[in-house]
Amino acid sequence: MATDILMPALSPTMEEGKLAKWLVKEGDEVHSGDILAEIETDKATMEFEAVDEGRIGKLLVAEGAEGVKVNQPIATLLQDGESADAKPAAAPASAKEPKPQNESAGGATAKPEKTAPKPQAPSAETLADPEIPQGTEMVTMTVREALRDAMAEEMRRDESVFLMGEEVAQYQGAYKVSQGLLEEFSDRRVIDTPITEHGFTGLGVGAGFAGLRPIVEFMTWNFAMQAIDQIINSAAKTRYMSGGQMDCAIVFRGPNGAAARVAAQHSQDYSSWYAHIPGVKVISPYFAADAKGLLKAAIRDPNPVIFLENEILYGRSFPVPKLDDFVLPIGKARVVREGRHVTLVSHSIGMHLILEAADVLAQEGIEAELIDLRTLRPLDTETVLDSVRKTNRIVTVEQGWPVCSIGSEICSVVANAAFDYLDAPPTKVNGADVPMPYAANLEKLALPTVNDVVAAAKAVCYRE
Amino acid sequence: MAEAAQKIDGNTTLDPAGSEELKTFYSDMLLIRRFEEKAGQLYGMGLIGGFCHLYIGQEAVVVGMQADAGPNDAVITAYRDHGHMLACGMDPKGVMAELTGRAAGYSKGKGGSMHMFSKEKRFYGGHGIVGAQVPLGTGLAFASRYRGDGGICFTYFGDGAANQGQVYEAFNMAELWKLPVVYIIENNQYAMGTSVERSSAVRDLYRRGASFNIPGEEVDGMDVLAVRDAGRKAAEWCRAGKGPIILEMKTYRYRGHSMSDPAKYRTREEVQTVREKRDPIEHLGQRMIAAGIASEEDLKAIDKKTRQIVNTAAEFATESPEPSPDELYTDVYA
Repeated sequence: MATDILMPALSPTMEEGKLAKWLVKEGDEVHSGDILAEIETDKATMEFEAVDEGRIGKLLVAEGAEGVKVNQPIATLLQDGESADAKPAAAPASAKEPKPQNESAGGATAKPEKTAPKPQAPSAETLADPEIPQGTEMVTMTVREALRDAMAEEMRRDESVFLMGEEVAQYQGAYKVSQGLLEEFSDRRVIDTPITEHGFTGLGVGAGFAGLRPIVEFMTWNFAMQAIDQIINSAAKTRYMSGGQMDCAIVFRGPNGAAARVAAQHSQDYSSWYAHIPGVKVISPYFAADAKGLLKAAIRDPNPVIFLENEILYGRSFPVPKLDDFVLPIGKARVVREGRHVTLVSHSIGMHLILEAADVLAQEGIEAELIDLRTLRPLDTETVLDSVRKTNRIVTVEQGWPVCSIGSEICSVVANAAFDYLDAPPTKVNGADVPMPYAANLEKLALPTVNDVVAAAKAVCYRE
Repeated sequence: MAEAAQKIDGNTTLDPAGSEELKTFYSDMLLIRRFEEKAGQLYGMGLIGGFCHLYIGQEAVVVGMQADAGPNDAVITAYRDHGHMLACGMDPKGVMAELTGRAAGYSKGKGGSMHMFSKEKRFYGGHGIVGAQVPLGTGLAFASRYRGDGGICFTYFGDGAANQGQVYEAFNMAELWKLPVVYIIENNQYAMGTSVERSSAVRDLYRRGASFNIPGEEVDGMDVLAVRDAGRKAAEWCRAGKGPIILEMKTYRYRGHSMSDPAKYRTREEVQTVREKRDPIEHLGQRMIAAGIASEEDLKAIDKKTRQIVNTAAEFATESPEPSPDELYTDVYA
């Protein structure tokens, strides 16, 4: 049966081209892979190969013809014993347009209806912290100990959890977060890596694909920039790219943001970088109890989780409930203090600023409501909006740079969803828009202060 | 004359006792060849979009390597991946339907040519970033060692990726921790349009593990039996707990880097010479006929059957529906 040879598309954007040169003539036998013609596309001159075997019947388009449309027949291909006059069969099935999913049996609704709504992103589920039973003992511990306990508990619970990173084992952690883990779990599960973030992050992600639950520690998140391709392109996107087939239950954790006097390359806040990425969850706690409960949740979560700690907070002590299995929901902010006049929203070390600012503001008769975001993706916008609907004013506070920051996102959400409730423009307090300077005085100027927060809160309250 | 055009004689002799295996090799390689030709055709018709990197010419590499793969072994590669999927036993219909972006594709149409996976067949992608699959594959090997399941990971990458920094970070950890990983460098001599000569200070890529004490071997990647033998030895090395090993497969791709590559960095004669003198499928077919293992008719029958499989896959891939709009927001999170 004779078939048509069609004008091919030879680039993602080609719609028509020039048939520059025929390399076969009528009557030639052709085999798969033989070059039939040279075709000029919008980008280059390409060789066009035969797929099927047979004999060239008629050349339907003359050499040198321009503007030949993609899928237009350019020659006929004959099988054994056919004459050049054989009529080509109907275009092969493969030339059909793809069928839209919702096409009815009659095909009458082949065009998508204009009114068909765009699919919506799923809305967040309602989450709540677990009840802490009355009489539960509260133990004071550092954030460092809380993080260590979370890892140890999860490693006892699940054999597939392991920790890897620079200095996590013998050195007991560059910031001593993994203290004691090597002794308990051996070097099979607590693994010192070479200083090669790109490589060991990819290795961790591969182990995650294979069903293990790696915890990858970055000595600081600054060094994870070496590995960000593996975090985003491999860990975050693979579930989607595989149609849900592939899992990667992995936690990337380490200190984030400015430490003290370590200058620009060691003092960046990556909150908004990772919060931008679909496919990861991003957690950034302040209190020790949240650090523990959320790290446990992160290790159990089937998705890649970015866990942003803070070096300065490691040594701070807070009460933590003494419970066998204290796990908090990812994606739930917490109202840390209630108030009527202004909402202050922050996370991580920024919480320290709003807690102090609230005390100063209280002395001036301003009752601030304080929200600790705890999770940055998915962002608990409902808790923020509920608060703004009550206080009618909001100030976001974070250490990161101001452009496209977590505060930018929250201000946008508030302006959209609670516009009518606002009595003042949503306002951001951020770190200065500069690489972190080394000099003590300049570093101080680059970081947001309690005074900055107080001033912003008073401004939205129209108070001097 | 370019290195590509030199004929490397397979010094393996055909053993009629293994005739079934040879027929399987022939048929598996031909399936990849015909599948890729069809994919190229569908691309030409606008039914496959974006990037599409064909494996034509390199078929002997993955088919020979898969000959002795065990049930716990994993495979990972970059974006020239259709051949690897077929060699892992993935359904041509599902692969082709992914190429056409349909719901019945291996990734529900969300991944395309470069991003396909089958957990069931232990094929871990399908990765679009040059070199990224090398640490990932090393991690798959790490998981096998961690679990003690005896599996090894066949990690494929090209001569281009062989210059990527993360490859050497992975080499270092693989040898340090004696991970069961076979690194297969598919040296098809051109990283897109840049030849190995123009991109690599040291061109013997099998020696690239030397500073980590990883042994390496050069293999005629156009001879499926040479590949099988090298793969078998490498797998034994890994299974014995000796750590990683490198196989540099000297191979050649006939088509452009991707569909829109006019391939002006090499001559038509160079490609033709390799096709005529070193084609892995033709070469094996001729040797099978010479050894009396198969007749011309037998091979024709295999070709006919193969074309049928590929045509069925193409029909399936063009008639299946596109993904439902509701799928836009699914599979972002578990």
